[in-house]
Amino acid sequence: MVDLSTSYLGLTLKNPLVASASPLSKKLETAQQLEAEGVSAIVMYSLFEEQIIQESVKLHNDLMRGTESFAEALTYLPDFGTYSIGPQTYLDMLRKIKRAVSIPVIGSLNGVSTGGWVDYARKIQDAGADALELNLYYLSTDPTLTSAELEDTYTTLVRDIRKRVQIPLAVKLSPFYTSLPNFARRLVESGADGLVLFNRFYQPDFDLEELEVIPNLVLSNSNELRLPLRWIAILYGRVQADYALTSGVHTAEDIVKAVMAGASVTMVASEFLQKGVGRASALLGDLTSWLEAHEYASINQMKGSMSQQAVAEPAAFERANYMMVLSSY
Amino acid sequence: MKHQMVTLDGNEATAYVAHKLSEVIAIYPITPSSTMGEFADEWSALGRPNLWGTVPSVIEMQSEGGAAGAVHGALQTGSLTTTFTASQGLLLMIPNMFKIAGELTAAVFHVSARTLATHALSIFGDHSDVMATRSTGFAMLASSSVQEAQDMALVAHASTLEARVPFLHFFDGFRTSAEVNKVERLTDEEIRALVDDELVRQHRSRALSPDHPVLRGSAQNPDVFFQARENVNSYYAACPDIVQKVMDRLADVAGRQYHLFEYTGAPDAERIIVMMGSGAETAGETAKYLNERGDKVGVVNVHLYRPFSVKHFLESLPPTVKVIAVLDRTKEPGAAGEPLYQDIVTAVNEGLAEGSVPYAQFANRPYPRVIGGRYGLSSKEFTPTMVKCVFDEMLKADPKNHFTVGIVDDVTHTSLDYDPAFHIEMPETVRCVFWGLGSDGTVGANKNSIKIIGEETPNYAQGYFVYDSKKSGQVTISHLRFGPKPIRAPYQISQANFVACHQFSLLERYDILKYSMPGSVFLLNSIYSPEEVWDQLPVEVQKTIIEKKLRFYTINAYDVASQTGMGGRINTIMQTCFFAISGVLPREQAIEEIKHAIEKTYGKRGDAVVKQNFEAVDHAIAHMHEVKVPASVSGKITRREAVPAQAPQFVRDVLGPIIVGDGDSLPVSALPVDGTFPTGTAMWEKRNIALEIPVWEADLCIQCGKCSFVCPHAVIREKVYNPSYLEKAPVGWEAVEARWKEFPGMKYTLAVAPEDCTGCSLCVEVCPAKDKSQVGRKAINMAAQPPIRESERVKWDYFLTIPEPDRTQFSLKTVKNSQLLDPLFEFSGACAGCGETPYVKLLTQLFGDRIIVANATGCSSIYGGNLPTTPWTKNSEGRGPAWSNSLFEDNAEFGLGMRLTLDKQQEYARELLPQFAGQLGEQFVEATLNADQTNEAGIKEQRQRVHMLKEKLQAIDAPAARQLVSLADFLTRKSVWILGGDGWAYDIGYGGLDHVLATGRNVNILVLDTEVYSNTGGQASKSTPRAAVAKFAAQGKGLSKKDLGLIAMAYGYVYVAHIAMGASDQQTLNALMEADAFDGPSLIIAYSHCIAHGFDLKKGLEQQKLAVQSGAWPLYRYNPALAAEGKNPLLIDSKEPTIPISQYAYNETRYRMLLLSNEQRAEELMQLAQSDAKQRWALYEQMAKMHYDGSNGHENE
Repeated sequence: MVDLSTSYLGLTLKNPLVASASPLSKKLETAQQLEAEGVSAIVMYSLFEEQIIQESVKLHNDLMRGTESFAEALTYLPDFGTYSIGPQTYLDMLRKIKRAVSIPVIGSLNGVSTGGWVDYARKIQDAGADALELNLYYLSTDPTLTSAELEDTYTTLVRDIRKRVQIPLAVKLSPFYTSLPNFARRLVESGADGLVLFNRFYQPDFDLEELEVIPNLVLSNSNELRLPLRWIAILYGRVQADYALTSGVHTAEDIVKAVMAGASVTMVASEFLQKGVGRASALLGDLTSWLEAHEYASINQMKGSMSQQAVAEPAAFERANYMMVLSSY
Repeated sequence: MKHQMVTLDGNEATAYVAHKLSEVIAIYPITPSSTMGEFADEWSALGRPNLWGTVPSVIEMQSEGGAAGAVHGALQTGSLTTTFTASQGLLLMIPNMFKIAGELTAAVFHVSARTLATHALSIFGDHSDVMATRSTGFAMLASSSVQEAQDMALVAHASTLEARVPFLHFFDGFRTSAEVNKVERLTDEEIRALVDDELVRQHRSRALSPDHPVLRGSAQNPDVFFQARENVNSYYAACPDIVQKVMDRLADVAGRQYHLFEYTGAPDAERIIVMMGSGAETAGETAKYLNERGDKVGVVNVHLYRPFSVKHFLESLPPTVKVIAVLDRTKEPGAAGEPLYQDIVTAVNEGLAEGSVPYAQFANRPYPRVIGGRYGLSSKEFTPTMVKCVFDEMLKADPKNHFTVGIVDDVTHTSLDYDPAFHIEMPETVRCVFWGLGSDGTVGANKNSIKIIGEETPNYAQGYFVYDSKKSGQVTISHLRFGPKPIRAPYQISQANFVACHQFSLLERYDILKYSMPGSVFLLNSIYSPEEVWDQLPVEVQKTIIEKKLRFYTINAYDVASQTGMGGRINTIMQTCFFAISGVLPREQAIEEIKHAIEKTYGKRGDAVVKQNFEAVDHAIAHMHEVKVPASVSGKITRREAVPAQAPQFVRDVLGPIIVGDGDSLPVSALPVDGTFPTGTAMWEKRNIALEIPVWEADLCIQCGKCSFVCPHAVIREKVYNPSYLEKAPVGWEAVEARWKEFPGMKYTLAVAPEDCTGCSLCVEVCPAKDKSQVGRKAINMAAQPPIRESERVKWDYFLTIPEPDRTQFSLKTVKNSQLLDPLFEFSGACAGCGETPYVKLLTQLFGDRIIVANATGCSSIYGGNLPTTPWTKNSEGRGPAWSNSLFEDNAEFGLGMRLTLDKQQEYARELLPQFAGQLGEQFVEATLNADQTNEAGIKEQRQRVHMLKEKLQAIDAPAARQLVSLADFLTRKSVWILGGDGWAYDIGYGGLDHVLATGRNVNILVLDTEVYSNTGGQASKSTPRAAVAKFAAQGKGLSKKDLGLIAMAYGYVYVAHIAMGASDQQTLNALMEADAFDGPSLIIAYSHCIAHGFDLKKGLEQQKLAVQSGAWPLYRYNPALAAEGKNPLLIDSKEPTIPISQYAYNETRYRMLLLSNEQRAEELMQLAQSDAKQRWALYEQMAKMHYDGSNGHENE
């Protein structure tokens, strides 16, 4: 019997298949199904501070619109005693899932203000999260903002949160950094226990008939695995952290590749959203079969086995590789 | 016991008691009583129990008549039952009131007394409604203040149980109902002390029950009806003492003593005013003031008006009385006197004539002389100086009887003169007047200030708020009083210590500082610096500041609001400045209290809102500066005229003063005798309320007409014209080649009315033409108004001189062509971005020169017919829609009546015409009788014939010829359009609407469906869709929307269309054209996005599209004319739903707020709503596939 267990952020997990931050965790029933199907941990959907602010301001503006202006209609809508504005709904769901499942539950947070990040991080910890994933989702469009300034902001933020929060911290990154290894090292030095590679930005599309920019949600496919695979392979061993590979994990082979690159866990959402949560047990079955067929005794045995430091030709991960690919056509 | 002091208005104070003492509450919205029902509904929704621990059951009915019926039934089965209403609503309850009283049923109706519609509707207050019910047998109990509204509500509920006489408790609408004042709240213990549970059980024991069955409601014959009717007398005789006993008990437990007839004044007064309602409080305070200065006057405040106790009344009078002036807040034309006057005359004469004790006090004196007068109709101000002039009149040897006070009657000379300078304000009371716009939050902030001062300090506070009658760019004036003593001044402030103007632009329009007393403070929100601001003030303002020696402060609140993310809401900023300058509270305490109030009010909406407001408060004071006032006037700007000088005389002389808030100064002779007004007057108002207006980009424009089509205020117009007009075109005029095959070589220009636009930007949203190099630039874009106002105005004025193209020369059947037609509905006061008015405007473009409009009461009657001006207008030939509003409930019947006249008079004209065939010529008569008027050309020709006919008839000397001249216009085609909202069509007017459809007569009904009662503030109607939140459906409407169209289709001979302009403008146009063409009844149900839906209305058209795409609002036309051709009459014009309902619904707060408050219920209801849409689509699809054999059974009579 092969040993699928792994360790991530100090948590012992029964296998490397983790449900990534997605709408899957918005419903208690789905979270329970995920556990039943064998996933080893659940990352909650992200709590977006910006969304909370927007929702609050929008609700206020919408309720105030047209009020106290016309003698016959001083208001247009009833005003309720309470609204689920703010982190409460999220925290309630986290608590509910935590009570309902025995696998670790990891919170996920995207803030906009330092105060917001720290405050919400503590609230997520207090609600019972086993760990916290900081979702550094920020798209810089300001040409005067330097990469150094942005990275300093992030590392300061991680440090601030680390001081106030005791549970393990992971940082989920985008691939768009000039020197990712350096930034990764700084994050770990600031207190991150793990790095999650990579965040997927939903890229807007153009409607050519209406000449409008439209939001476009495209789920991942296995081809997207390559980018995080490469970077985990490069970082593994160089920056001492636990790695989670997210984006493009759809098959057992994808999981194997991720672990071989150095990932402690893989995070899956698109596959579940497309084909159902039941895919988890199938993936785990396939994973076991692959390990058995290839005579691996455990996940740990293969972990990092194809990282840049472990392969015979480290240069394969570097620029020469790109040139070789081009020349092969 | 220490009482809790609360600040609230009369409606809330009343509803508080009514909810505590009821088991069943049946309601229906009507201004100004709606909020009582809303409070009751909200409290029950929140699970707030009544005095006995059970939550009252609240139900909204389809009309006040329905509410009264439900009340009657609930009473008959033993529930403690109440309702709230006013005005016409109360009239609809009258039949049940007779029944309820006749059956000696304990009940209370709470009424915020409101003017009855006569020559005009008025939402404001007087006693004409309650006086119309005085023969019902209800006891009538009047309150004069907010405190009394609460207390008398309790007295009514407690008394009725013992008396078995039902009670109508009333107070002045739009004074007491809306005045915020600090009052002592009744505790549960106090309420319990007055309400005897045994009487409740007795009430219940009289109920109908199959367990102890009885019959009630029999029919009786001449032999016994009379006797039975007289058998109630002892109950009425006992009632006054019962009420006084309850009042005495209230005094014991709460410390406030009331009497049936409350006397205030000198014990030896010789002149007495008798009146009821809020005016009695003003009169009482004035009497005190005058007595302190040596007068001997008094006031009797009538609380229990019915049953009228002569004994108690006469006992209330001081024996010294010589003259009694009775003031009625109602008018009964043709009566010997107004009702209270007549009662007092009767009481005095009857009581004294009988000579029974206690009338001995008059034994050796002459009978007091009684005179009567009218005051305060439709909330006309009633002030201390008016009271004084009545007392003064009583000093005269021959005082005027049947006088009026508060107006200048220069026709029948009934009015008394008064001194506008007289006032009795207490010097220790701080009086503040705030001018603002509805959108800037001024009123909300002031209500907050009242709560802060009233509830957090020992001071008393009072607030009253005046709104204009527009629904966009509304001006609000807040009147606030603060002081150490209770404030009994139910009238507006005339001498303010503090005046604030929250909108700079108001200075150029209104005399803001007329309220300022010498040496007082003036705070102005201005974009100009303290150094610049003086020169920007109109000279009239400068002059007043100097003459009155005002201390002048300024702040750029917009700047602070923008820095703190508050947008246009400057409320908390100005509120902070007010506290900082006025000294009503220490500054630090004030800021702390403001923040506390912000947290309390907005905290539930999230930290972000609270934080934003806190920042605004923190930044406010630093931006406020005192302005050094120069010694002399130096400005170049003058206040604008109310209307341009070229406006017609009536507009200048009558409407102009109303526009600038000076309508009170108009004498009786200035007003029409019968409520008839000219149309085409909104064009003179020039409100200049848009900060941004659309600007046309000629190079990008594809001349599709969509911007003009959707413009709710008809400020975007297009013209196709001869190039010769370019010669005199003003600078900056733009023109391009017209893209019409019918108009080769012609020019095209699109113009914008800069001073009439509301800035909604629907036009920009709908514009499909984008710059290929910069897609953000469209063929029409918003730009700041002030810099281009003048140049655009010049262009607009020139544009109006270019004639409309000949309607007979092109088809009206395309959206593009329809916009070449002049709209005859323009510049209404509807909300910016209104979803209703584009339909109304289109209607006038297509048929405006030949329609009569019957308009149900509601939004459309207010933006269509509320003074000062009307958007309904005429074309260059002087033709245009003739418009009238009858009532809310009868509009379909009203319109049918119009049709009957048109048909009858035409029939008569057709009967007469052949008699003159000899003189007119056979051929002419035949052509006139058989004219084809199905198109514009045919109508034009017929008008020419009729014109000729009238000319020819002038030469014929015969009575029948004179008759025919007066009837000839009926020979041209005219349409009746019946307009109204869903509250009318689905609910209160449904019975009539159904009947009118069933008559088969040729009327066209346009339902402007906002899915709520928009005009009264968003109460649920039967059109409200499932899952939407509305007032009276605070938990989200649990049942599906009524399918009015389907019901109408069931007749088979009714044209029915379901339209949404934003989803298909062409289908909208087709439907209107087909409906008008259809020779039978038509019903068009038009999706109208609305401010009550809770989203930015500039996205209104997009929401309409989503509503259709989701299946929430399928588009269809059902044309019986097709059935006659053997075709299926139902054409579904929209595609099968492609998106979930939630994708459409959750863009709107009316749906989303349920998701935020009760996610589980929201999801359940949304699933059901989805299933509703699916089933409805499936049904329509099946209907559209049915085979028709060509017979629809319709016979048009």
